[in-house]
Amino acid sequence: MRLHARIGFILLLTPLVLWLGLLIVIPHIDMLLISLRERISFGVYETSTTHYQKALTEPLYLRTFWRTAVMSVLATAITLLIAFPVAYYIAKMAKGRLQQVLFMLCLIPFYVSELVRTFGWMILLRETGLISNLLQWAGLADQPVEMLYTDAAMMVGLVYTSMLFMVVPLVTTLESLDDSVVEAGYDLGGNGLSVLREIIIPHAMPGIVSGCIVVFMLSLGNYLTPTMLGGKDSLWFTEMIYNQFIVRSNWELGATFGFMLLVLSSVIVWGMLRLTGRTLQETMG
Amino acid sequence: MIPTIPSSRSFRLIYGGYVLLFFLYLALPLTVVAVFAFNDSQFPSLPWEGFTWNWFFGDTRPQIGVFHERGILRAVGTSGFVAACVALLSVSVGTTNAFLFNRYEFRGKGALYVLMLLPLVVPGIVLGISILVFSSTLANGMWDLAQMDIQALRPGLLLVILGQFSFITTIATLVITARLQKFDRTLEDAALNLGATRLTAVRTITIPFLMPAMIGAVVVAFLMSFENFNTTLMLVGSDAPLTIAMFDRLKEGSTPLLNAVSLLLMLGSSLLALVVILFQRR
Repeated sequence: MRLHARIGFILLLTPLVLWLGLLIVIPHIDMLLISLRERISFGVYETSTTHYQKALTEPLYLRTFWRTAVMSVLATAITLLIAFPVAYYIAKMAKGRLQQVLFMLCLIPFYVSELVRTFGWMILLRETGLISNLLQWAGLADQPVEMLYTDAAMMVGLVYTSMLFMVVPLVTTLESLDDSVVEAGYDLGGNGLSVLREIIIPHAMPGIVSGCIVVFMLSLGNYLTPTMLGGKDSLWFTEMIYNQFIVRSNWELGATFGFMLLVLSSVIVWGMLRLTGRTLQETMG
Repeated sequence: MIPTIPSSRSFRLIYGGYVLLFFLYLALPLTVVAVFAFNDSQFPSLPWEGFTWNWFFGDTRPQIGVFHERGILRAVGTSGFVAACVALLSVSVGTTNAFLFNRYEFRGKGALYVLMLLPLVVPGIVLGISILVFSSTLANGMWDLAQMDIQALRPGLLLVILGQFSFITTIATLVITARLQKFDRTLEDAALNLGATRLTAVRTITIPFLMPAMIGAVVVAFLMSFENFNTTLMLVGSDAPLTIAMFDRLKEGSTPLLNAVSLLLMLGSSLLALVVILFQRR
């Protein structure tokens, strides 16, 4: 029987190790190695940090890097601000059937490919689009208005795309908040604002953290929305990775960018977990 | 701020209005995509030129419908094939993972669990390029060693499948583990007492119990694979799945054909989602 358990253990461990080893761990190590080598001549390589130096000194690269980071944080904050009242409404104000229906309605747009959602925004925001026509019809504009290819359009798309991943964890944590705790807060003399600050937000913290982490990750790693909705000036870091790999075939620099993106996202996720004293296991699992 | 606490009428009105606006915001882009699929014009935008089914069934230029457009149909087939492979693979590995984490205590289990979660927090593009880099290192190594050119390791469907599998497996594992944790182990013991072998007990008692979660995971994996863009973009070869094919067309300028494809996609995925919900109710 001991032997049996041991064989079972090994049989179950093998797929896991193959998966994580061959598709996650080794490829990332390989990517790091590639980013650390410099091409001397055909087929001759040397280890060096020249690509990192280049990435960290070239203004365009650096600017794009920080811009992507700041815009992703901004998108996360906006998503949280928009989603919180809605999640609270679904979890605490709506009851019974209405609650279920509203929750389902939140999920539906995300069964649809991101491409379709972005396409929808393009139809709405472009010069010949619906909103532009609406503005002209209402007399608010006397010629077609181009709203596409701006930072604002990109932000609308980013927030829209990741909304679900904020609403669902928020609803789940807020549902577990007992009504009587909120009532007690009012009984003790609190008003709407202090109850929100002292009771509701602290209780929702786990949901806020996991929502923010996922939304931030999705924004940072997004390629489609910045490409399709953003303007010429709003280059996204993922676009630079794509350009180096596919357009320029400069894999060394592309791998360097990829590693920088990985480090940035890991640092911010780690920082958020650290700040709120939570572990990845609690947040994701 | 809960129904039992009185609040002013205007506050409730504003709050309700805000929630309504939010749902309009959610519905707006999808509605627009769906409506313009029926516009009898070359562009999915105003003016409205009248209602037509041509973008679905049309077979003459310039209005060739979805069902007569070879490129799109082939891309749907490719996506379906990739998604089926990914769903099958990730749910199989997800199930063995769930048993491993649920049934065995071993050194490094916690660390392995965290490692298992990591694919969810790695950006999709980075997952894609790391697999691209590694597979080409392998392919070059094979060429140097044995002058063998292994096409499978170059960008193409195999890499797309592996790339999507690499993070969808985490989700399948989480879904199936959650269900396995609710399982009452004494049921298995009872089967063993009645003379079943361990494998028979698992096959006849535990697996049927897990079935709803496994089917749910298959559908989720299928949808995620079908819709995946970032990882696929980096690994795709000459056979483009649907999202990539649509992206290429969208860059060149869009016709209502894309709206028609999108509408069919929406219907398809809602139908799948509905099936899962009904199945889990039962």
